[in-house]
Amino acid sequence: MREAAIVGIGMTDFGELWGSSLRQMFTEAATAAIEDAGVDHIESMYVGSMSPGLFVHQEHIGALLADYLGVAGIPAGRVESACASGGLALRQAVLEVLSGVSEVVLAGGVEKMTDGVDATDALATAADQEYEAFGGITFPGLYALMARAHMEKHGTTREQMADVAVKNHANGALNPRAQFRRPIERADVLTSTLVADPLRLLDCSPITDGAAAAVVTTVERARELGGPLIRVRASTMATDSLALHDRPDLTSIPSVGRAVKRAFQDADLTLDDIDVLEVHDCFTIAELVVMEEIGLVEPGSSGQEVTAGLTARDGKLPINTSGGLKSKGHPVGASGIAQVFEIVEQLRGSAGERQIEGARIGMAQNMGGSGASCVVHILEAIS
Amino acid sequence: MTVPRYTREIPQRYRLEAGRCEGCGKVSFPPRQVCPSCGGRKQETIRLEPSGTILSYTAVHVAAEEFDTGTPFVVAVVETPEGARLTAQVADCDPSEVAIGKKVRLELRRVREEGKAGILQYGYTAVLGSA
Repeated sequence: MREAAIVGIGMTDFGELWGSSLRQMFTEAATAAIEDAGVDHIESMYVGSMSPGLFVHQEHIGALLADYLGVAGIPAGRVESACASGGLALRQAVLEVLSGVSEVVLAGGVEKMTDGVDATDALATAADQEYEAFGGITFPGLYALMARAHMEKHGTTREQMADVAVKNHANGALNPRAQFRRPIERADVLTSTLVADPLRLLDCSPITDGAAAAVVTTVERARELGGPLIRVRASTMATDSLALHDRPDLTSIPSVGRAVKRAFQDADLTLDDIDVLEVHDCFTIAELVVMEEIGLVEPGSSGQEVTAGLTARDGKLPINTSGGLKSKGHPVGASGIAQVFEIVEQLRGSAGERQIEGARIGMAQNMGGSGASCVVHILEAIS
Repeated sequence: MTVPRYTREIPQRYRLEAGRCEGCGKVSFPPRQVCPSCGGRKQETIRLEPSGTILSYTAVHVAAEEFDTGTPFVVAVVETPEGARLTAQVADCDPSEVAIGKKVRLELRRVREEGKAGILQYGYTAVLGSA
């Protein structure tokens, strides 16, 4: 059976990139990935983007971006799964390579969020418009509902949630591409502006512009290319009800558990094999719930484990060495690929000050909406 | 929101019309063509009791522009006696009075208005207290 490999990665700096358009950001990331891979062409392209229609009033970006990348003619289209759009684009690229239809496929993600649109309103379209957003709930509001329920059921504290942001900012401070390259303290989180009680500004990932891309090919072709070889051990996805209120337990995100379980089955691995992990920390509470869903800790104990350092760079399982969505930034459609960018850097041993020594197997967990979609990739460095 | 869309959703917003699966009894709000529990294709229309229990809540301090004159406002997930769940604003309350497990009534209120020339939109809103 064919196996897929990631042979090239690229990404823009993340931030408020007033001087860059959606097409410029994507082209920058995609050309970097193609150069990194050392391939002379791509056969097909998937672009993950949550809502270019709302953010920059531009649809049909598959063809647009292929044209600006100088590859007009190839099959190219946009895929969407809210904030999991990037992960979904990579999964489609992996599946196309595994199917044998194409040998070299580009997966990209991009979002241009700061062009003056009401981002809170645009992001809320990832929730059920008729039965959630109608009454004014926002995305931070949905995660606040989970946070409140988690605090009530498990005794999770405000301080424990703050410690997720503190950890991720400590990591992001070392990432030259991160939007916020500064450490913060627990008190900064606890005194920041209320966004949706109990979540405060520093519990929330920011509004970000950016793009990221990866080149996928077969392991066989990757060996011929001769560069660092990162094998795709698993590429999975799971879904759930779009509306948070339709899920039996507001303190869990079952799509994460489903996608991760399937990924471990496909890869024939367990969590103990994972050396480095990027998770979808769109809000601090999300990282806590994901820790529980993947089986790292018992339900209810994630907060105390973060405070104890389990997931710090020197902890048992480092989570979000890139700074996570919280500190690195969250251009929604790009985040799934940017997570994979960090994992590939870690597995290549090129993560600089953030490097986890000896990292060989990594996992990226990318989520859409309040968890109605989850995409998981497990990657392994092959020498 | 356009008039046709708003009109389509009136049975749920004004009257809390839900569907009960004729196969397994699962209540879905709104009604569905396929039961999410058993896959059954037949549902009878029922009206939910206009009351429920708060499962979680938040006070929204930063809202989309359409709602930003009313902040902070409380939004809760409410479970009705039939086991249906919905998300609704909790009106006329001090956020500190709201708690998980408290009872609410569901009343018809104005929920939003679409700019100066748009339609007024009404729907179910929670109010603290028993029915």
